[in-house]
Amino acid sequence: MLWLALHFHSLSLEVFSRGTAASDPLAIVEKQGSRTSVIACNGAAAACGISVGMAASAAQALADGLIVRKRDHSAERDSLAGLAVWAGRFTPSVSLLPPDGLLLEINTCLNLHRGLGNLLKQARSGVGEMGYAATLACGPSSHGAWLLAKAGIEKAVREQARLGTILAALPVALLDQPPAVLEGLERIGAQTLGDCLRLPRDGVARRFGQSLLDEIDRALGRLPDARSFFVPPASFERSLELPAPVHGAEALQFAACRLLPELEGYLVLRQASVQELELACRHERRADTVLKLGFAKPSRDAGRMQILLRETLGRSRLPAAVHAIVLRAPLVLPLSGSSGELFRKTREADGDLLLERLRIRLGKDAVYGIGTAADHRPEHAWRACLEPGGAAAANRHRPLWLLPRPLPCHDGRLKLTSGPERIESGWWDGGDVARDYYVAEDRNGAQLWVYCDRVSGEWYVHGIFG
Amino acid sequence: MSTALESVLQYPGIWRGNQRAQTAEGALPTGYAALDDLLPGGGWPLGALTEVLLSRQGIGELRLLMPTLARLSEADGWLAWVAPPYVPYAAALAAAGVNLERLVVAKPQSEADAWWTAEQALRSGACGALLAWLRAADERRMRRMQLAAETGHSWGVLFRHARAAQDRSPAALRLLLEPAVDGLAVTILKRRGGPVSKPVVVGVPQAGVARRARRAAPVLAAVKV
Repeated sequence: MLWLALHFHSLSLEVFSRGTAASDPLAIVEKQGSRTSVIACNGAAAACGISVGMAASAAQALADGLIVRKRDHSAERDSLAGLAVWAGRFTPSVSLLPPDGLLLEINTCLNLHRGLGNLLKQARSGVGEMGYAATLACGPSSHGAWLLAKAGIEKAVREQARLGTILAALPVALLDQPPAVLEGLERIGAQTLGDCLRLPRDGVARRFGQSLLDEIDRALGRLPDARSFFVPPASFERSLELPAPVHGAEALQFAACRLLPELEGYLVLRQASVQELELACRHERRADTVLKLGFAKPSRDAGRMQILLRETLGRSRLPAAVHAIVLRAPLVLPLSGSSGELFRKTREADGDLLLERLRIRLGKDAVYGIGTAADHRPEHAWRACLEPGGAAAANRHRPLWLLPRPLPCHDGRLKLTSGPERIESGWWDGGDVARDYYVAEDRNGAQLWVYCDRVSGEWYVHGIFG
Repeated sequence: MSTALESVLQYPGIWRGNQRAQTAEGALPTGYAALDDLLPGGGWPLGALTEVLLSRQGIGELRLLMPTLARLSEADGWLAWVAPPYVPYAAALAAAGVNLERLVVAKPQSEADAWWTAEQALRSGACGALLAWLRAADERRMRRMQLAAETGHSWGVLFRHARAAQDRSPAALRLLLEPAVDGLAVTILKRRGGPVSKPVVVGVPQAGVARRARRAAPVLAAVKV
């Protein structure tokens, strides 16, 4: 087994800050007993002299324009669940370590990601794209890897013995034990895990309880460590609270891009794709603005979603400032696997992407393919279809241009060059036609498709041989 | 001429004034030998803009392109029609051998959108051919189109009115089309390489020609003006 542990050390801060590129001083406070103190702050706040543990009132006095937010445990839980969804792109075996950790079993999927180095690189860049920071550590036992990550040691250890030596030097404070136990250990001078291991086991068990020894044994791989795995939700809906209301498309684009890796991970894990996405922008005292993104074909490519998102946001007008966004996948479709190309194709451009971009700017109905329909009436023998394609019924006696509606013809100098072709049809649906079609040439040399209406005797032009 | 000089002149980088130019970008055969002989590279220029000027729709301007479009529709890439003046008729296109699965029509609302669409389609490289009917052409827009065609390595065809024949244009090929007795008279206004003075008559297929022999051509005189 090989486990990858991710420790999100600034999660309580990042749930507020990741939605924006701006870095105003921000401090997260929490009430501990009767005192409200700072538990995390960003770089801009630290530069003003604010530090963790300081009273909230003191912090506010230090920095002008400091944004102070109360710690939001539920937002952190949601973020961790979102991160677990994202981690589904690497492995289906993801385990949550609330409040701020994830464990991924990666031994079974190393080949898929072309080695550990590559996987770590992808994980690191993915965490950054979503606006988080994490310590990544690998180890043969899950709890061992987690202790490494928590200690801030970014190492990939694959041998149990080496993990044991590194763990022995870690402080006991990292252990998941009640404060009384940790205090007691400190009092007897046991500062590292190695110190604990050197003590007689039965004495330690009697004094501090079996759970301490069990935890160390699990970290060292001497005891089995059962983990329950995260089950992704049936549908995808993720929201992101923005630190300050925004109006600009660029700021929204930035925030929405934070959510796209999660969606991609979700779709990879579910072997699925989406053809439509909804981005709901929440306003104060106003109904949400819902922007829809449509794809020509089911897709799960975050890069393409990003391009379409930029086009959509750039073209839509928002009625008010937005304080939160929600990304939704209303319908998740199964995606059949596709083989990659062995050789590079000469034309690498993405034809579907072009259609999607044109549809966003011109409207969905303004970009279409054409097909034939089984009808003798020329105006009903073709149709516009959103999905280009379909079998075509060829007819070489038809003009390349058809007029949208027949024009009365008053030119007396037309020369009929061939015909007639009689078309009588449509009496059953009210669109009754009875016409004799001819090919005619006008005095400029243009070839027209004209007909004589057999009921009224009037002449009309219906097409042009372009 | 000595054989040494002859072999030097075979070198593709050397162009002689009485020749058509060789193109590095490649060309798409038009399907009409008489026209291919006059065009640099032996066909429509790839990665460049082709301007087709005509005073009246319906003289065979689309039939001139059909052999190339039919061949392109068998490959990847869209055949994009931007702002066509009428409805491109499916049955006739299929009869000309065009695979309708590759055909995309865009009908932008405004002229600015139409230019944008044409440019994007050319630039993306996802289109084998782009046919556009655009108005309000100016130097800047035309140059952008030509650059987009170079970027996307596509064949862009712009249909314009014949009165633009005297305007300056960055297009690599400019053709003026006029009806002729047995086909279409094509005057090459501009090509890469030396100028061509005489128009060439291209035998585009005539509409309804199969049945012409059976009937005399009556003059339609009964219609009121």
